[in-house]
Amino acid sequence: MTPQEEAEVRRRQRTRSILMAALLIGFAALVYGISIAKMGMYGG
Amino acid sequence: MSTATHSLPAAMPAEWRDFLALTKPRVMTLVVFTGLCGLLVAPVQLPPVLAFTAILCIALGAGAAAALNMWYEADIDAQMKRTASRPLPAGRMDRASALHFGVGLGVFSVLLMGVATNWVAAAILAVSILFYVFVYTIWLKRRTPQNIVIGGAAGAFPPVIGWAAATGDVTLLPVLLFALIFLWTPPHFWALSLFVRTDYANAGVPMLPVVAGAKATRVQILLYTLPMAAAAVAPWALGLTGAVYGIAASVLSAVFALMALQVLLNKATEAQAMGPEKRLFAFSILYLFALFGALVADKWIGA
Repeated sequence: MTPQEEAEVRRRQRTRSILMAALLIGFAALVYGISIAKMGMYGG
Repeated sequence: MSTATHSLPAAMPAEWRDFLALTKPRVMTLVVFTGLCGLLVAPVQLPPVLAFTAILCIALGAGAAAALNMWYEADIDAQMKRTASRPLPAGRMDRASALHFGVGLGVFSVLLMGVATNWVAAAILAVSILFYVFVYTIWLKRRTPQNIVIGGAAGAFPPVIGWAAATGDVTLLPVLLFALIFLWTPPHFWALSLFVRTDYANAGVPMLPVVAGAKATRVQILLYTLPMAAAAVAPWALGLTGAVYGIAASVLSAVFALMALQVLLNKATEAQAMGPEKRLFAFSILYLFALFGALVADKWIGA
């Protein structure tokens, strides 16, 4: 693998990791919201 | 199965944009819209967070089905101008990544739907994904010119899933909405396949214009338009909706039928002379958006 390809791999890994982190944070927030809504529905 | 060659070095990971492209985001707009309308016309109102989650799950499920479709069809896509630049045929992603992404997204969407709303909606979502991948993509698409009819059933599920997410059951109105999209799909897609015919012929997909000819396809378009119009007006005729929807459905369906008649009368075999076909295809998209929009408007005005 040439140094250019090596750099391209790192760049793609970085953007994918950042995106994954953002999605996981969003998912955690969504599950929190679902929990609150469910507790409201069943009067918990 | 694909024999597409990869220009991708083994260790080069695909760009995130290519994963997004696997989900066919443009097709998703109609899926999300009809799913949302199914949810909004249901007699039970979900808390906003749960309604959002239900629509998100429908979108993710549709994305999963699209990704698995592209995973299986990379060889066909490589032979058509319209699809040759998709991530797999263009060699920007390896097939295993597409498969893992599709299966993972599908399982995730079904589980999240079950946890957030109910397992009836989750089960219908699972059936719709499996139906699209196994019955349509793998089994029938390459075997029968009626492939689009069967594929239409997969696209008809979203309003039923939206309704079930809110109510936990399926009654006559969501079934009629299913029938409407199911019967709408053949005229919609066959109008398109008339003017992109050569592409499908090259890829060996048995599209109706390829195996039965343009004339038979034009007859079939009109033959499906009539029961489609009946399904569109039925919710009003059966007293399930008000006059706002009834009038919109009657007028829009009459225009649709008139355009289908113009297609029937057109004798052109070259794409340049297929004005009526292109107009019908463009109108068919507007038709579905307007009809479902009218359904929601009708409920809000009547409430």
